[in-house]
Amino acid sequence: MQSTVGIESGNISLGKRKRLAVKGRFTLFLMALPFLVLVLLFSYFPLYGWIYAFYDYRPGIPLAQSNFMGLYWFKGMIASEVQRQEVLRVLRNTAAMSGLSIATSVLPVIFAIFLSEIGKGWFKKTVQIFTTLPNFISWVLVYSFAFMLFSVDNGFVNHLLMSLGFIDRSLHLLATDDHTWLAMTLWNIWKTLGWSAIMYIAAISGIDQELYEAAKVDGAGRFKQMWHVTVPGLMPTYFVLLLLTIANFINNGFEQYYVFQNAINSNHIEVLDLYVYNIGVQNSNFFVCNRHQYVEILNKCRPALCR
Amino acid sequence: MRTGFKISFSWFSVMNTTVFAIFTLACIFPFYYLFINTISNNDLSDKGLIMFVPQGIHFTNYEQVLKIPGLLTSIAVSVSRTVLGTLVTVAASAFLGYLFTKNAMWGRKFWYRFLVVTMYFNAGLIPWYLVMLHLGMTNNFLAYILPQAVSPFFIILVKTFVESTPAALQESAEMDGAGYLVIFYRIVVPLVKPILATITIFSAVTQWNMFTDTLFLITDSKLFTLQFILYRYMNEATSLAALMKSMQGSSGMNIANMVNPTTIRTTVSMFVVAPIVLVYPFFQRYFVKGILIGSVKG
Repeated sequence: MQSTVGIESGNISLGKRKRLAVKGRFTLFLMALPFLVLVLLFSYFPLYGWIYAFYDYRPGIPLAQSNFMGLYWFKGMIASEVQRQEVLRVLRNTAAMSGLSIATSVLPVIFAIFLSEIGKGWFKKTVQIFTTLPNFISWVLVYSFAFMLFSVDNGFVNHLLMSLGFIDRSLHLLATDDHTWLAMTLWNIWKTLGWSAIMYIAAISGIDQELYEAAKVDGAGRFKQMWHVTVPGLMPTYFVLLLLTIANFINNGFEQYYVFQNAINSNHIEVLDLYVYNIGVQNSNFFVCNRHQYVEILNKCRPALCR
Repeated sequence: MRTGFKISFSWFSVMNTTVFAIFTLACIFPFYYLFINTISNNDLSDKGLIMFVPQGIHFTNYEQVLKIPGLLTSIAVSVSRTVLGTLVTVAASAFLGYLFTKNAMWGRKFWYRFLVVTMYFNAGLIPWYLVMLHLGMTNNFLAYILPQAVSPFFIILVKTFVESTPAALQESAEMDGAGYLVIFYRIVVPLVKPILATITIFSAVTQWNMFTDTLFLITDSKLFTLQFILYRYMNEATSLAALMKSMQGSSGMNIANMVNPTTIRTTVSMFVVAPIVLVYPFFQRYFVKGILIGSVKG
């Protein structure tokens, strides 16, 4: 306090400059403000909604007039055998899909390493261009592809297998619950592998060529060079991306599972987000009170599980 | 890359090349398969008989499918949300990215974190939906644009890029009495064009592909996007085909080229994929550059 006064009384020009700087500070802030308000509205405001989980909220009645329920809904969820089973099933699905995507997160690394072994040339460029393309289409379109290729009566795969004599009857490849987790993982790989690999290809081009020379002098073969030079060179990038995957463990994408879900595979495809949507929004009893709280609780659980 | 390897390793190259060739084919084949099915004889494609080569080539499907009520509107909605949304997102990202390079900004560090943190969490579907409801974002075209406008990732990209440009350029403009807005528009924007190109592409692709916001927020069919219409057609194509048939019956079309559920699905899919495939060759080198910039900066 005192020092501020001292400066202002002691040195006018400094005070003036300071006031100008302060004006600049707020001008800058005011220019950013409209955008920050948008962030507040769309990202922070929804957090307030978690409070509904502790109230006996009914549509039309303001929250202030609703009864505070404490942990009532949470206790109810744990106490009810059916609800517990449901939540466990959904969590199992979520964990399985996220686990599989973590397990397959090394594939882009392998892809990039082996592609860089091909050298530079038209083939490498072609592979890069075409394998990246699926990343830029929507999941709806991926589903449309799946429909064309794997449907029962006019799908490509069934026709091919039948004309080659491998099968007599069409296989139900989409409306089946047998390999849902695997199928979802494979689709995800198909869509994202080439794209994720680009990041590693970029990282490989950043590795010092002298390291390879040195390794060669030491008698390292092609695979030893990959293992002792390329792989360690990629690890920092890998861990950054892995961390992102882990951060999204609970929040592992809604769209893919939504478009691929059907009456038969719902048991294994319902991840947390999809489940919340299915019971909360689609059943159109969104505002039926118990359901609503239940969904709120699920929503609430999510960040807690993230930590 | 490392040439002069012994011939004994050629089996490795052969295997390697083969695996990549197969995966590349698997990535590209669905696009080709979709295309040949839209231009082939509709009866054959409905039975799944068009597998590798198109037969009975014709292009009437595109005209026919455009006549489905609501499809043209949805294309218009998708195009306008892509154009407007991208403009807003790129402008907002560029401007905010620039502002956040200014140390003088009041509470800069805090606000930057305030922004970046939103990359890592969200409140969940229901609270988000309730807020959108309260903000009047349901059945509102703005719902396609405003929530996307401020994107932390793009802002980080712009900020790092601006920081890598020489500070003297901005300083000299400041000496000449230029304000923040003038500096932004006259000095910064021209300098950061490469990163803006990358952001434009990413944002446009996101906007074009977005499906869930229509699903959650829009019930008015005038605001349906092409993606949403495609999803609906995947499930309702049979009834639509019947409608189309009754419409065609009066005009005396060639019976073999009547629109059927498969044709509707594939042709609408073509409308969805065409813009991406058409611009892809041009933007491919930009996003590779963008990724390189991003990965180098870490």
